[in-house]
Amino acid sequence: MKKPQDLLDNKPRRNFVGAAAIAGAGLGTLALAPGLHLIQVSEANTPSQGASGKVRWGMLIDSTKCASGCDVCVKACNTENGINETLKDARQGSQWIRKIDLKNPKTGQEHSLPMLCQHCAHPPCVDVCPTGASMKRADGIVLVDRHTCIGCRYCMLACPYKARSLVHLPLTNQNPEVPRGQGCVESCTFCVQRVDKGLKPACVEACPDGAMLFGDLNDPASEIAQRIAKEKTTQVRGDLKLNLGVRYQGI
Amino acid sequence: MKRMLIGLAAILLLAPVFATAGAPKPNVIIENPGQCIAPTAEMRVNHMKMLNHSRDRTLRQGIRGEKASLNGCIECHASKTTGSVLGKDGFCESCHTYAAVKVDCWQCHQPKAGYKHAEAAGVKP
Repeated sequence: MKKPQDLLDNKPRRNFVGAAAIAGAGLGTLALAPGLHLIQVSEANTPSQGASGKVRWGMLIDSTKCASGCDVCVKACNTENGINETLKDARQGSQWIRKIDLKNPKTGQEHSLPMLCQHCAHPPCVDVCPTGASMKRADGIVLVDRHTCIGCRYCMLACPYKARSLVHLPLTNQNPEVPRGQGCVESCTFCVQRVDKGLKPACVEACPDGAMLFGDLNDPASEIAQRIAKEKTTQVRGDLKLNLGVRYQGI
Repeated sequence: MKRMLIGLAAILLLAPVFATAGAPKPNVIIENPGQCIAPTAEMRVNHMKMLNHSRDRTLRQGIRGEKASLNGCIECHASKTTGSVLGKDGFCESCHTYAAVKVDCWQCHQPKAGYKHAEAAGVKP
């Protein structure tokens, strides 16, 4: 029987380290192995700076512009994030964003709005998470780290906005940039994979009525910050003092 | 009881045969030789450490475009016939089956390369 090290059909690592050191000292191109040059690697991949604490991503939703019966934002979200599974019980389906129609029974006034993760500055889901999977990025985006999520659903109970869902079935055909799978809780990510590229979330880009505005709440020059400074906006369940990233108008 | 003893004896007799034969070596197909981010020996030992560290930085700190990324592995190592790193001769599965190391990556991550994001995105109505 062959020993495990025989299967590693190459020189001991010590030799490799020595060779690499010599190559590094002697050559500008850093040839690590035939056909492999560190310079190519470093040119190809320059890691981004990451989420900045100076930024606070937020969304302003104008309910007066949001058309009742329109669910383009929901469809765009589902397509972008690969939410396409069908379940026997539709109530178990993942819902990152949903449309709500509201009616004031006294006046008869009706309006419609999309409800999604509000990306609280003080998120209850993060407070209750027993594993640290529920987390808030430096730029205010609240996420679930599926690598540590155990699917206990405390966060779903803690969330005042019913923003989170549990994936009930094994999944395939995920978007490579949006990994999601059975047994983990998930919610709106503000399309973090798009935001990190400088794009807007899919729902905001798709909204045909221009009812959704995305931007940096901390940047006084941004459109969202200027509108929030001038116009009246509401935080849903503002009494909870969670300092929401999503603000509404006309509710 | 007798049958059990016979079975046990058979296992004991055959055990050395299995031990000497060993499991068949995996048929690891490398589609783009020489293009990896580190030498083979380094990758064999440390690929999961690299991936675990970069996944945490990407998810929690939002650092994108790191040297080690699972999608990067898949784009390069996916089989040109099946398009996937899974399957009997798939780059990941062949070796992990041989080593009897279970990987949970594919419960969430897409094991196929060449995902047409533009088609799927369809953000514009």
